[in-house]
Amino acid sequence: MAGLTGRMSTVVKAKVSKLLDRAEDPGETLDYSYQKQVEQLQNVKKGIADVVTAKKRLQMQESSLQQSVVKLDTQARQALAAGQEDLARTALERKNVAQTELQSLDGQVHELEDQQQKLIDSEQKLRAKIEAFRTKKEVIKAQYSAAEAQVRISEAATGVGEQMADVGLAMQRAVDKTENMRARADAVQELEAAGTFDDVTQLGSGEDDIDRQLKQLSSQPAVDDELSKMKAELGAGSTAPEAPQISSGESQPSESGQA
Amino acid sequence: MIVRISGEGQYRLDDGDKDRLNELENAVVAIVEGGQEDGFAQAFAKLLDHVREQGEELGEDDLSGSDVIIPPADISFAEAGKDFTGEGLIPD
Repeated sequence: MAGLTGRMSTVVKAKVSKLLDRAEDPGETLDYSYQKQVEQLQNVKKGIADVVTAKKRLQMQESSLQQSVVKLDTQARQALAAGQEDLARTALERKNVAQTELQSLDGQVHELEDQQQKLIDSEQKLRAKIEAFRTKKEVIKAQYSAAEAQVRISEAATGVGEQMADVGLAMQRAVDKTENMRARADAVQELEAAGTFDDVTQLGSGEDDIDRQLKQLSSQPAVDDELSKMKAELGAGSTAPEAPQISSGESQPSESGQA
Repeated sequence: MIVRISGEGQYRLDDGDKDRLNELENAVVAIVEGGQEDGFAQAFAKLLDHVREQGEELGEDDLSGSDVIIPPADISFAEAGKDFTGEGLIPD
């Protein structure tokens, strides 16, 4: 019969039997198993810490991008108000790219949170089984003959070993996920390092490579849309005559949260 | 019969449930092998729900080994392609 879990069961059982093979003397098996279990628990803790670190890195990038979005939006408005439509468009293109990255980062942060929770649950389960094993180990040592003890040990160690293998799998999946995300985080960092989200008013005249790349990365219909919206807002604002000083449009909430 | 849902927990099911489990598993395997990504989540959820509903969850300090281990509930279709081949749910 074709299988769904056959391969998983086989892999896990192979791992468990490896653990059991290590010692022949029952007492030694017990102590060796227990020692391995405690080590594994430490590894799980480290795995959780790694996920948290990866998540924090993404969150820092998120808040930096968030600031860029606000800044670029403001600059686009200012440029438009000053009649510099090209500059406004450039700012909006960059804002659009930043927003797209933000959304993607947001999804990844949620996914890492999910992984973190799963690992915490797994750690708790493993801890409970190890504790049960520790108790059982003493009972076995005290109550059974060597031959009988061997059987009991195998049973008990199988249960813990299986949980260990299961936690190991969860950690592996978490590591794979954080690695995929690291690639994405690096890409965002490159964009930042290239000055993508910097002050657009500092740009020299003429289109540079970054601008050309950004034009491709950003969604032009979305940029067009936002530009005309902004124009309408400014148009409406400027018809209000002699509005003194600080432009009243500034206090309106921007739509920077949405792509 | 003890069934583990990887990343979730262990459940004790009647041995008489074996046929139904195999049936549900075969449906998932057929979907995976046929490359029908659309139907995968639903078929896999059906298998998991059967185990959760019919089974009795083991205590965390229970040291029993499992007869069957089902991949985690959140596996993707692509991951399933790797796990869902080979020997059966309950080896012959």
